[in-house]
Amino acid sequence: MWNTVFPYLLSGISVGGQYALIAIGYTMVYGILRLINFAHGDVFMVAGIIMVYMAASGVPLWLCIPLVLILTAVIGFVIERVAYKPLRTAPRMSAMISAIGVSYTLQNLVLYVTGGLNQIYPTIPWISDSVTILGATTKMVTVVTPILTLILVVALVQLINHTKIGMAMRAVSRDFETSQLMGIKINRVISTTFVIGTFLAGVASVLYFTNYTTVIQTSGAMPGLKAFVAAVFGGIGSIPGAVVGAFIIGIAENIIKGLDIILFKAGVISGPMGLATFSDAFTFALLIIILAVKPTGLFGEKITDKV
Amino acid sequence: MNKKKIDSATIISAVIVLALYAAVFIAEQLIPATSMLFTVIKKGATYALVAVSMNLLNGFTGIFSLGQAGFMLIGAYVYGIFTIPVASRMDVYQYYNGGLVQFTLPVFAAMLLAGLAAAFFAFLIGLPVLRLKSDYLAIATLGFAEIIRALFQWDKLGPVTNGSNMLRLFPSFNDFNIKNADGTVAVYFSTLVPMLIAGVCIGVIILLINSTFGRALRAMKDDEIAAEAMGIRLASHKRLAFCISSFFAGVGGAMLAMYQTTVQAKSFTTAMTYEILLIVVIGGIGSVTGSCLSSFLFVAASEWWLRFLDQKQMIGDFEVPLLRNGFRLVVFSIIIMIVVLFFRQGIMGTKELPDLIRGLQGKNKGGADK
Amino acid sequence: MKKVLAIVLAMMLVLSAAAMAETVKIGVFEPASGDSGAGGKQEMLGMQYANKETPTVEVGGTTYDVELVYADNGSSTDKAPSAAQQLVSEGVSVVLGSYGSGVSIAGSQYFADANIPAIGVTCTNPQVTAGNSHYFRICFLDPFQGTVLANYASKELGATVAYCLGELGNDYDQGLLTYFKQAFEGLGGTVVTESFPTGTADFTSYLTNAANYGAQVFFCPVSIAYSTQIVQQAASQGATFPILGSDTLDSNVVANAAKGTNVQVIITTFYQEGASPEFDEGFKAWLNEDSEAMTNNGGNDMISAVSAMGYDAYYTALEALKAAGSVDSAAVLAALPGVSLTGVSGAIAFDEVGDAIRNSAFIKKINNETGDWEFVTEQTVE
Repeated sequence: MWNTVFPYLLSGISVGGQYALIAIGYTMVYGILRLINFAHGDVFMVAGIIMVYMAASGVPLWLCIPLVLILTAVIGFVIERVAYKPLRTAPRMSAMISAIGVSYTLQNLVLYVTGGLNQIYPTIPWISDSVTILGATTKMVTVVTPILTLILVVALVQLINHTKIGMAMRAVSRDFETSQLMGIKINRVISTTFVIGTFLAGVASVLYFTNYTTVIQTSGAMPGLKAFVAAVFGGIGSIPGAVVGAFIIGIAENIIKGLDIILFKAGVISGPMGLATFSDAFTFALLIIILAVKPTGLFGEKITDKV
Repeated sequence: MNKKKIDSATIISAVIVLALYAAVFIAEQLIPATSMLFTVIKKGATYALVAVSMNLLNGFTGIFSLGQAGFMLIGAYVYGIFTIPVASRMDVYQYYNGGLVQFTLPVFAAMLLAGLAAAFFAFLIGLPVLRLKSDYLAIATLGFAEIIRALFQWDKLGPVTNGSNMLRLFPSFNDFNIKNADGTVAVYFSTLVPMLIAGVCIGVIILLINSTFGRALRAMKDDEIAAEAMGIRLASHKRLAFCISSFFAGVGGAMLAMYQTTVQAKSFTTAMTYEILLIVVIGGIGSVTGSCLSSFLFVAASEWWLRFLDQKQMIGDFEVPLLRNGFRLVVFSIIIMIVVLFFRQGIMGTKELPDLIRGLQGKNKGGADK
Repeated sequence: MKKVLAIVLAMMLVLSAAAMAETVKIGVFEPASGDSGAGGKQEMLGMQYANKETPTVEVGGTTYDVELVYADNGSSTDKAPSAAQQLVSEGVSVVLGSYGSGVSIAGSQYFADANIPAIGVTCTNPQVTAGNSHYFRICFLDPFQGTVLANYASKELGATVAYCLGELGNDYDQGLLTYFKQAFEGLGGTVVTESFPTGTADFTSYLTNAANYGAQVFFCPVSIAYSTQIVQQAASQGATFPILGSDTLDSNVVANAAKGTNVQVIITTFYQEGASPEFDEGFKAWLNEDSEAMTNNGGNDMISAVSAMGYDAYYTALEALKAAGSVDSAAVLAALPGVSLTGVSGAIAFDEVGDAIRNSAFIKKINNETGDWEFVTEQTVE
């Protein structure tokens, strides 16, 4: 039984780690701006495309990776300044629509640049190698991802709890107006949030596309959506929540893909049920259930309406 | 304020709308049926209905739902399943022995059923989802659309939904044309009929918006807590609005099926919902007229007017730079971003056609008085 | 503003110029974006090369310039209708395409309503031509292809358990899986079929499923976007079963993915490089001098079967125009059933349904060292 289930767990943990890195960006932005940054998944995809073109133009790989991460962070910064900052006083729906517009624009730009063709991601040595763990063969990146994710999350939590900018972030997410009155430079805090979020999405893109190797304009949509679900699942605004949610969703969706054979081997069903069809849908079903039972997610805080 | 008196502005608006319909009818008889114009009108009418139904939620009730594509999918499938001629079922359901459903409904009955089915699903999903607050509701309805998409493609439901294969051979808009015995078309109705269907549905929505029910919805949008204090039952009003909106989205889905001539669950993606949302935004959140106008503009621009941007163009010997496949969409998305950022009111803001005419009348009167 | 005016003026000039020189328009209904974009572009390359080779056609005593009119159907059944309508409104005489059966079916009714014939190039699903009189095709069909593959898997590879994977909502994949299953089970094998949602990137769990079911062959007739990922992920998982594919996998992109790995990839296809040396040579020379064409071919000059088919489709259209003696689409439609010619991919003639009369397919596999396609055998099923 273990031998049957283990490879799915392994895939799940790897995907979960990548979702986690994207989900942090969602959850931080939401925590501060109450904005679902729908374009976040597309920034992740754009990071992949930049890497493809940079590597193709002859920049050595060791230089590519830091450059891509910096550029991605810059893109995050620019998007916030251009598309979200002007709408800060507008109704929340406007900002969300603007986010959808940015997502649409990024996808179409990439469609135009790539001509709609799949781009093959450059092979990064070492993390692309195959390894065998407990009888299951996989890429090194599968093992690296969760470890790197945890390191980055711990670092981030330290930053938020023990630095001045971290304190400012916490204050802003608690009460936007009051913190402004207290002399916190709100623009700087928001920009920093976006830079950190997109930087992590950049890291996620390197790991994700090393694993799946193909980048196309729609590559970011599904991972982005799922990472967002993970953020909601864990309680939006909470970084540990987003990470836990991401791992749960990553593992659950891979188990679903193998559920037919697992149930079959366990003797529960007599033939394939085609349950793999629901691998994406299950994520959303999980979301609706958690929202119905505990609307603020696993680790979320209770919000009360003020008249 | 506005008594139930029909003022001249309303009458003028009605005349304008009627004139438009007449123009469409005449154009259809005179211009060759292959013109892109009719494609744009058919798709535009379909999108107008769906956009208005979304506006009913987002603009008038303040429920930010992103489930539109899911409800359209239900409508399109229900319409397709019940109208494919029995003789063609063996071809369409070729992997499922002709499928389970072995009868057909008349086209309009099937459209009604499409709407009812969508409304029924809306009722079910509304039970857990409508209690949620804005962003959570948006993401939950979006998730619901994804679940529906997977469900309709599930192999085990194949005898009904044809699994992940497309439905086709059901009556389309062209079947509304009246034909001579030799197969040539005598009178064209293929563009007018979708306009009429969309028009009737939108008319019903307008009546709803202007009723007591509609005013209650608007009160909820402005301030839920205050509305509740005034005695408006939030939960039941929300649920009803959600079901009504989904009903019309379902009918819109059936129209989309007729326009496309085939239906496949795969194409009802989140991107489709986003497109409709953008139409609503461009038209003005809270304006029915705006949604209708922007649907036609959106469809015409993306399918017709901007097409030339996708192909190489020569001016004499000079090749216009940048033009190649995909450029159309880049230009298009930049236009949308400009509207979203700088013209947040959209085309119409919250105004309607009669308001515009009143504005004009007011100006003239003002001039005359002086 | 000036620019817009200039463009409008230019377009009017182009249009009026077009009216003066005798031009016949051939519609190219192909995906240039989306999942099948890569395949669609390669198919278009064949047509473009043929158009470059023979840019004019003599119809009823007049020499016409042949203009290819493109409409991108975006590999998606919801974008196909307006793309089809665009071709119709441009007044094309005949339509070529599409790569992908689903979009062909989705566009079909629009051509039928306008009385324009369509020639399917590599859309192999029977539903494309069944029950209509305007859709023709020059390739073999899926029941045939599925049978060939099942025979090969069972007899040559000795497989008794096959794992089949297709994309949800893709008529091509699902149809072929069904025919493969029928044939393979008829030969005494067992088949497990699963589908993945559009946009999937992680196939590791499906590969694990195949291993868990004890599959001896992994059949995935999916588009290039997915098959490259399946091949690569199979390689890094150390999969032992061979991957079996259909004509969609016949692309240098897939071959590149398998290069330097241990994954066996075997496919059926329409054309084998070397079958027509003259075409091969000319096509490669053209790719090498046109950098845009080279990019669209995936960056090297390996010839995909779909390009050869696109080339043949173009000449089929020219033959139909000649036979019709008129550029009127209804006349071309009437003339098409009687058209026959010898293309680079073999003899082309239509049966009463409008399908090509073909009973052989090429089987190719990837050489893992060089990353080239190698000819295995030509299989015939009666």
